[in-house]
Amino acid sequence: MRWLLLKDLQILRRSPLLVGLLVVYPVAIAVLIGVALSRSPEKPKVAFVNQVPPAASTFKLGGQEIDASKYAERLFESVEPVRVGTREQAIEKVRDGEALGALIVPPDITEKLGTGLQSAEVEVIYNNEDPVKGRYVEQIINSRLADANAALADKLREIAVQDIHLLLDGGELSLFGRTYDILGLRRTERILQDALRTLPADSPERERLRQVERFASLAVANLNLATDVVGTVSQPVRVKRTPLQGKRTPLDSFAVAIAVTVSLMFVTVLLASGMLALEREEHAFSRLVRGLVSRMGLLAEKVGLAALCAWVVALAMTCGIGLFVSLDWSRFGLWLVALAFAAAGFGALGVAIGGLAREVRAASLLAFLLSLPIAFLALVPSGAVSGGVYDVVRVVSALFPFKPALDAMDSALNDTGQSLLGPLAHLTALTAAFMVVARLALRRFG
Amino acid sequence: MAAPARTASDAPALRASGLSRRFGARVALRDVGFAVSPGELVAVIGPNGAGKTTLLSILAGIQSPDAGAVERPSGGVGWVPQQPALYSKLSVAENLRLFARLERVADPEAAVERMLAQADLADRARDEVGRLSGGNRQRVNIAIGLLADPAVLLLDEPSTALDPRQRERLWDFVGGLTGRGTGIVYSTHIVQEAERYADRVLVLADGELIFTGTPRELEAESGASGVDFEAAFVRFLHERGH
Ligand SMILES: Nc1ncnc2c1ncn2[C@@H]1O[C@H](COP(=O)(O)OP(=O)(O)O)[C@@H](O)[C@H]1O
Ligand SMILES: [Mg+2]
Repeated sequence: MRWLLLKDLQILRRSPLLVGLLVVYPVAIAVLIGVALSRSPEKPKVAFVNQVPPAASTFKLGGQEIDASKYAERLFESVEPVRVGTREQAIEKVRDGEALGALIVPPDITEKLGTGLQSAEVEVIYNNEDPVKGRYVEQIINSRLADANAALADKLREIAVQDIHLLLDGGELSLFGRTYDILGLRRTERILQDALRTLPADSPERERLRQVERFASLAVANLNLATDVVGTVSQPVRVKRTPLQGKRTPLDSFAVAIAVTVSLMFVTVLLASGMLALEREEHAFSRLVRGLVSRMGLLAEKVGLAALCAWVVALAMTCGIGLFVSLDWSRFGLWLVALAFAAAGFGALGVAIGGLAREVRAASLLAFLLSLPIAFLALVPSGAVSGGVYDVVRVVSALFPFKPALDAMDSALNDTGQSLLGPLAHLTALTAAFMVVARLALRRFG
Repeated sequence: MAAPARTASDAPALRASGLSRRFGARVALRDVGFAVSPGELVAVIGPNGAGKTTLLSILAGIQSPDAGAVERPSGGVGWVPQQPALYSKLSVAENLRLFARLERVADPEAAVERMLAQADLADRARDEVGRLSGGNRQRVNIAIGLLADPAVLLLDEPSTALDPRQRERLWDFVGGLTGRGTGIVYSTHIVQEAERYADRVLVLADGELIFTGTPRELEAESGASGVDFEAAFVRFLHERGH
């Protein structure tokens, strides 16, 4: 038993690739999942423009003074505000990627809130780089705004409750600088009952009746206000969303691009790596490269085979999805092109993996272990992680075909307003690079 | 396409001179030279690690030597690696046909038929190679090396994985080839095999060619009686410091 264990440890020690993978993989996945769950290790930056003049930052409602800036603070609890002076400066920050988005509070917000009737509106600007990021910004803004709305709504509801108490039990109400003594419905009832019981024919009671009359009119007015307030409290502040130029892919269509690209990746990478490793496992490699085919020819054949199979599968899949999700069939030609370039990129990655792993099983394992996190990384939105980490994520994503393949598929499937040529050129470069890696790996293949 | 009968002549079918090959600090082959005549059966014997595979791969053109040169016949040489290099999911005929096409044989179908007959595998033509016995698989392996009808065939330890009966059939097959003028070089670490099935024996030890001659001459040189070739060979290596 002991010797068996020792033997296995020795074998592991002599398999640096396997051990390296076993160590690096869980760490990498843990980090990725950690990033995904915490979403933001530091607060995302949001540019903030407050157009409300300082003197007008409070408003009165139901006789109470409310400080709007107190509620604005709520918006910043989980973001880091970058205060700028104008809307233009805020847009600049978002364009440069310095801020995830911008929040603009218009000058008339306190006025509108002060009416207790109209919803006030704030503007949110974000760079709609990709729909996942757009969704992320929206989530942050929505949850912050929901907090602020809830706090404002609480305040307004409190005012409404006070008004209703006033109606029932009476008390003092200050309106337009004067203080009125409000009788309250309950006392009114008693007074009326007393008055009815003791009322003589002539009129020393006229003053009391006038009081009842005043109460009645004020009660009606307050009741109106209270119901209006209760009606608008659910959403005192609304958001106007302004995406900056960039893609306007709805998340559904983007999901199609992701699904197709992931499938294409797995089929191509697994097939290319496995079929190349099989040549060695069957000992046919040395026979083949003895003048029957060149090593580069062999690689090209594997890439072509895997890419063609995966291309057919992915195309069928896209068309199948098209039966359920509305796709723009007039772009069919672009689908063909994007899928072909993406398949070539994944095929080249596959033969590089197959050349390095050299055995079919190891190749399949490596293909899986590598593909998953690469796809995952490519979907991390900017702003979701700190700037430095995102730069690393971007570089790593650019070194593998998933990200450009996804961009190509997105451009082909959806009218993103972005050229297909960039991703295609990127894929071509990666295809060439991975062919070189695979060719070098073949040196120790025989 | 029938093989044109080759007659033994003085012109060698294959010639190697001054071959050296090193892997890092390890010298796998040191200044090895010899020639093979048409129809000649040459055995390269030596213990494991002697450099037999390295030598045959260089002759086959799979590896390049660090020094020295190989003159190959115009029709090229046939190569039969130690591990059967076959696709186990393809049938015998499919494997033959694939390699016949890759070799750009003029008439692939005829070549397949010829090799099926020659290797006595016609009844197994449709069987998946993965289901064949080791002996049959080795014969398919050799048949593929012969598809292009090479003047010289190189076999790396062709009999190592075979049982005695399969080995017998293998040498019948190979013997038939030399009869048709094909020069053959094979490696083995089984000394009796070289004794029985070779016109000439090359002894390789630690990358050096320490003997060239007939089995009888080796016997005489090592001073053994004809009975125990194996013991004589071990003594022979020992005397030369290996
Ligand atoms: N690719 C290689 N890399 C490093 N060393 C090698 C390689 N191929 C063979 N060798 C070494 O060269 C020597 C001869 O090997 P080989 O020709 O396979 O011997 P044989 O076939 O006679 O058993 C051995 O010591 C072996 O370890
Ligand atoms: Mg060997």
